[in-house]
Amino acid sequence: MSILVDGNTRVICQGITGAAGAFHTKGCLDYGTRMVGGTTPGKGGQKDANGLPIFETVTQAVEATGATASMIFVPPPYAGDAICEAADAGIRTICAITEGIPVQDMVRVRAHIEANPGVTLIGPNCPGVITPGRKVAEGKWEGGCKIGIMPGYIHMHKADAPTRKAVGIVSRSGTLTYEAVWQCSQRGIGQSSCVGIGGDPIKGVDFIDVIEMFNADPETDAVIMIGEIGGSAETEAGRWIRDNMNKPVVAFIAGRTAPKGRRMGHAGAIVGGADDTAQAKIDALRACGVQVAESPADLGDMACKALKLA
Amino acid sequence: MKIHEYQARQLLLDAGVPVPRGEMVESVAAAQSAARALFASGSRQVVVKAQVHAGGRGKAGFVKLVRTVDEAVDAATFMLGNRMVSVQTGPEGIEVHKLLIADAVEIAHEYYVAVLVDRGSRTNMLIASAEGGMDIEHVAATRPEAIIRMPLDPVRGIAPYQAREVAIRLGFRGKAVAQASDLISRLCTLHRSLDASMVEINPLVLTPPTSSDPDGKVMAIDAKFAFDENALWRHAEVEQLADPQEADPAESRAHEFGLSYIRLDGNIGCLVNGAGLAMGTMDIIKLHGGDPANFLDVGGSASEQAVTEAFRIILSDERVEGVLVNIFGGIMQCDRIARAIVGAARTVGFRVPLVVRLEGTNVAEARTILEAAKSDIPVMQTASDLSDAARKIVAAVGAGAAA
Repeated sequence: MSILVDGNTRVICQGITGAAGAFHTKGCLDYGTRMVGGTTPGKGGQKDANGLPIFETVTQAVEATGATASMIFVPPPYAGDAICEAADAGIRTICAITEGIPVQDMVRVRAHIEANPGVTLIGPNCPGVITPGRKVAEGKWEGGCKIGIMPGYIHMHKADAPTRKAVGIVSRSGTLTYEAVWQCSQRGIGQSSCVGIGGDPIKGVDFIDVIEMFNADPETDAVIMIGEIGGSAETEAGRWIRDNMNKPVVAFIAGRTAPKGRRMGHAGAIVGGADDTAQAKIDALRACGVQVAESPADLGDMACKALKLA
Repeated sequence: MKIHEYQARQLLLDAGVPVPRGEMVESVAAAQSAARALFASGSRQVVVKAQVHAGGRGKAGFVKLVRTVDEAVDAATFMLGNRMVSVQTGPEGIEVHKLLIADAVEIAHEYYVAVLVDRGSRTNMLIASAEGGMDIEHVAATRPEAIIRMPLDPVRGIAPYQAREVAIRLGFRGKAVAQASDLISRLCTLHRSLDASMVEINPLVLTPPTSSDPDGKVMAIDAKFAFDENALWRHAEVEQLADPQEADPAESRAHEFGLSYIRLDGNIGCLVNGAGLAMGTMDIIKLHGGDPANFLDVGGSASEQAVTEAFRIILSDERVEGVLVNIFGGIMQCDRIARAIVGAARTVGFRVPLVVRLEGTNVAEARTILEAAKSDIPVMQTASDLSDAARKIVAAVGAGAAA
């Protein structure tokens, strides 16, 4: 088990012939993801460098391949539309990797996703989602699903993990997620799934959505959540954890030393009335029983402790 | 991106939102004729306001209410070319190049109105209060019921009845209701059409009743805009409002190369990929007793040239006594960083200790490149993990300071 995606998930790439789309389609294939095709308008009928079929539209791609998940590398001006296209074509799990989508586009996209129950949007501006596969040889994995830009080799399947334990990881930051994954793998802790929810103000799944999935997933033994300054999603997740969670949660909040922004106006401060500094979030999470790391380098050791391995 | 008050006034005017009469001037002579024109056309008082990208102007003495043309000239003479030091500027202050000379309208009541993108409700939100003016944050903290919060439909935006409802709840009566609700609607539309992340009017005012306006006139006195940088490509009209005199040259240069750079007060330069890891790296430097000199996120798709430029920006900061490179490659390929380090050593030169920690995509190639270049870059050390990296750079900078 895992959350969101597994080795049977059929995945297409929207923007498969762009530089990033092509590079990461190959990376996902190499990891063992069932990449079944992609879209680039104007190139329908051709094959990509890996021999995957290219379609004009997502609907055509879904009809021909049975894809249920999509990885989006479409440039920012068109990415919001690409998300809506995927949702309307019947894609269930949409990973929008694209960084820099205008927030007003995302306001409309978010409403569109909410009107399509059963569609899960991950991101945008995120590394994607990965359910690690079993390692069958050096540089070769099976049964996993990597949708996104994370380096596959740092991950570890629970069955390959010397501790036979696995954490679920949910994070606003891509590279900090890799950091947490790497520390766990080096300590013999596997990962059930890792979800980068992205750093944009308006996005798809948020901390609570993913933590709820991990709570229900039998393969997940503990959760690592990585947040940062801004907004109140971490604090809300803390309350959800206090009231509902039956697994240990370890957290890190980045930005304790970030300078106070030369803030413009008062609207941001008065809308929620909440303090959105790193320290305020750390205090709120601790009050809810979440173990919060002082340093991002401590996440692996704290996961060990939470799993009673040390 | 920030804009000046006189530019914000123009955006409001263009959108049909009433503002007091006034104009922007860049010389004492122009200030004199602007003030003369205002007094000649009925102004009883005129306000002279410095146009700088920082708040705290009033307390710093850079907003002056004047009753004569001579007083306006005195205020303009004092402000132009002077440096304004306020709570928001730092001790060096900001040089004043532009002034706004405007009619100081009589005020019967002050309100607060803003529109912003709200993470919590995941849509645009209108915020309003009948207690506008100086202490709006205090009002929000002590009496949250005095703040009206109205989430707007993500597709339709504001409906006329919603704008009316807010105007009524703010206490507008009679003919002022239509004026206020029209202004609120226009503000919401403007927020979205310009891809602003925030538009704030504080204060919005109602003027005292007169024979021609028995219920008073509603107008915006001061406005602030913040724009979504990700949408500037479709707003040339907004982009051209940027004031190059107000920008930090290093931050502008970084921006040109697609780098996100913010100058801080410490002495350890940081080059990191990803905003979260960049913040985490700053946090861990501090935990080990060091002080970061900057936030620098090279992003995922920076070219080798952009990364070289990042080194140039960091190293051109004289306070930098050491550099920490922390890359966990996902989109970013580590070998590109390694090549940029080698390139920067040749074209920029490392005058201070350098600690490099690389992990992720193409890390094996990157390690080979750095290993081969080791003898050419004697100041370089490699680190095995994040703690090791922070420890090494803090030690190296400490040793440099002791010696």
